[in-house]
Amino acid sequence: MLSIKDLVASVEEKQILKGLNFEVKPGEVHAIMGPNGSGKSTLASVLAGRKEYEVNSGTVTFNGEHLLEMSPEDRARAGIFLAFQYPVEIPGVSNANFLKTAVNEVRKSKGLETLDSKQFLKVMQEKMKLVEMDKAMTQRSVNEGFSGGEKKRNEIFQMAMLEPTLAILDETDSGLDIDALRIVANGVNALRDGKRSFIVITHYQRLLDYIVPDHVHVLYKGRIVKSGTKELALELEEKGYDWIKEEVDSSVNA
Amino acid sequence: MSDDLKILDEVTNSEYKWGFVSNIESDNAPKGLSEDIVRFISAKKNEPEWLLAYRLKAYRHWLTLTEPTWPNVTYPSIDFQDIIYYSAPKTKPTLNSLDELDPEIKSTFDKLGISLEEQKRLANVAVDAVIDSVSVKTTFRESLGELGIIFSSFSEAVHEHPDLIKKYLGSVVPYTDNFYAALNAAVFSDGSFCYIPKGVRCPMELSTYFRINSAGTGQFERTLIVAEQGAYVSYLEGCTAPMRDENQLHAAVVEIVSHEEATVKYSTVQNWYPGDKQGKGGIFNFVTKRGICLGNRSKISWTQVETGSAITWKYPSVILKGDNSVGEFYSVAVTNNMQQADTGTKMIHIGKNTSSTIISKGISGGRSQNSYRGLVKIAKGAVKARNFSQCDSLLLGDQCGAHTFPYLEVNNKSSKVEHEATTSKVGEDQIFYCNQRGISTEDAVGLIVNGYCKEVFNKLPMEFAVEAQKLLAISLEGSVG
Ligand SMILES: Nc1ncnc2c1ncn2[C@@H]1O[C@H](COP(=O)(O)OP(=O)(O)O)[C@@H](O)[C@H]1O
Ligand SMILES: [Mg+2]
Repeated sequence: MLSIKDLVASVEEKQILKGLNFEVKPGEVHAIMGPNGSGKSTLASVLAGRKEYEVNSGTVTFNGEHLLEMSPEDRARAGIFLAFQYPVEIPGVSNANFLKTAVNEVRKSKGLETLDSKQFLKVMQEKMKLVEMDKAMTQRSVNEGFSGGEKKRNEIFQMAMLEPTLAILDETDSGLDIDALRIVANGVNALRDGKRSFIVITHYQRLLDYIVPDHVHVLYKGRIVKSGTKELALELEEKGYDWIKEEVDSSVNA
Repeated sequence: MSDDLKILDEVTNSEYKWGFVSNIESDNAPKGLSEDIVRFISAKKNEPEWLLAYRLKAYRHWLTLTEPTWPNVTYPSIDFQDIIYYSAPKTKPTLNSLDELDPEIKSTFDKLGISLEEQKRLANVAVDAVIDSVSVKTTFRESLGELGIIFSSFSEAVHEHPDLIKKYLGSVVPYTDNFYAALNAAVFSDGSFCYIPKGVRCPMELSTYFRINSAGTGQFERTLIVAEQGAYVSYLEGCTAPMRDENQLHAAVVEIVSHEEATVKYSTVQNWYPGDKQGKGGIFNFVTKRGICLGNRSKISWTQVETGSAITWKYPSVILKGDNSVGEFYSVAVTNNMQQADTGTKMIHIGKNTSSTIISKGISGGRSQNSYRGLVKIAKGAVKARNFSQCDSLLLGDQCGAHTFPYLEVNNKSSKVEHEATTSKVGEDQIFYCNQRGISTEDAVGLIVNGYCKEVFNKLPMEFAVEAQKLLAISLEGSVG
């Protein structure tokens, strides 16, 4: 479904991703871990098409298409969803109105009929249950005055509404208390249907107790330096990143 | 003879030049402005002597004035002798079907979601008798008539209700007020008159659309609204459909009188042709709008959405004379491409416990310039007067400009005035967030800007609000990146 080959990308002339290779198959859940500043959010931004991030070389194909040639909105319409590490506020635009616009844009791109208000409301009510969203929250302006936890929950709610084929969750767990973490994880698990794929970026193994990954990768200095199963996450939790850093740095120096 | 002497001579030479009036059969006055032209217009409209006298006084006063230069706008100087001040209402060419309509206008109609029937009406497509809107209008007029409400063209009111017109014409905006008010008083073509008798709540939104015998919106329109004690009316002016006009100069006057405990809500959507992307063409819109809260506990509320015109110069104001009276001004002014707007309000507090609210949202894109200019004046006797002003500017690029000119004159220590102002830019991160949800940049800007203006849109009548939102999105096309 997603295939990244030798991806080199930079921001403000600084190379961040330095030849990254990565494969995701339908239905898989991949966790990406790594120290701060290793390039995890950069990878997410490059996949979503943020224009400050310049791709220097490499290819990314998504369901057979050249992803890097598509506009951000076309990537979204094709089924890529990014749950932002720092969701943006849009004052005066209700969550419901925002989502109705988004859902209908995606439907239009697929040649489906747009939903009218009544139909949309029905779908929304179903999905609200997934993340224990209340009605008042759908009427509030997008992320405005939301607590950190509410913002993250709102991201998952949007994901549920947009039904992407590949969802990238950038530190959706950070800043969440244990109840909020459970709600978010339940939402994600409810959307695991064997076809939809996930890239879960996280610092903590704790999230992976709830969302059990098929693969765990370590991103360091712009490359995937280690891959394994969920046991790798446990090992990282226990030993930290230093042993990996040492391994990588010594092999570079050698 | 110097110019001044010539003018003086013209003014004092009261001899009536009849020669010109024999031309009354012609549909258009020749170019230019003179006493003869003023007489011609008055004669054309078969006006009583007192109104002609009023026009002439205004004209003579206008001769002594010079064009204002204080607004923050620039434009080539207007040759007032190169304008035709009277032309018979042109009938638009009748189309056989909407297929004959200019595709650009048709596409705007569609984007606005204007119904096919309405499109036909606006585009002047011949319609069959069954859906002829005249009968609809007549029904409206009859039901209003039963309540004693007068809603007619200005010219009609001059003949049918001369006492009311005499009493109120120029009572809020005298011809001495400013250059364009004087010009309008001299040459106004037509407009609307609306009168709500004591204690009557007008049961529907009065829109110029339902006005009978409307002679097409003119270049020099004149509107007068009077609400008697305890009356209520919500009045809608304008149209969200694109309005083209060959006349470049528009100088309208609106006067509102609100008696004791009466409320007048006046909403405008202005979408005159703004000119092309290079700033060629487009309407110059120089409007004087003012209301007076004459009685105690009366209220006047202005809501405006300004998206059109090459140049807008407009300050809907309220004189708060009655004790406990309330003035409100809610405004969205959008400028794109090469448009220039200098708009705002004046709140003049005279009565005790008077309060006013100003919410202004200026949005600039392209290379446009958008200025808010507002005056809050609190007179000595306006004990415990209150004002709250909030003026926000939103920039959509880095080639446009936003300016704020708040003026404050407080002559009373017990009053309270609050002013807040912000300037912000539509964030790249907001747009990217929308993009990531499948929304194009253009739609994202529309969405973000509409959110920004929500406080003002909430004040518009429901149907108008929906159209105004769509209009905003259309006006902003191509404003970013
Ligand atoms: N917009 C940006 N401008 C400048 N530097 C950036 C920007 N985004 C990321 N970086 C830099 O790129 C590096 C990787 O950042 P990031 O991808 O956010 O790491 P992670 O998400 O793994 O913590 C860091 O050194 C960070 O400072
Ligand atoms: Mg990050």
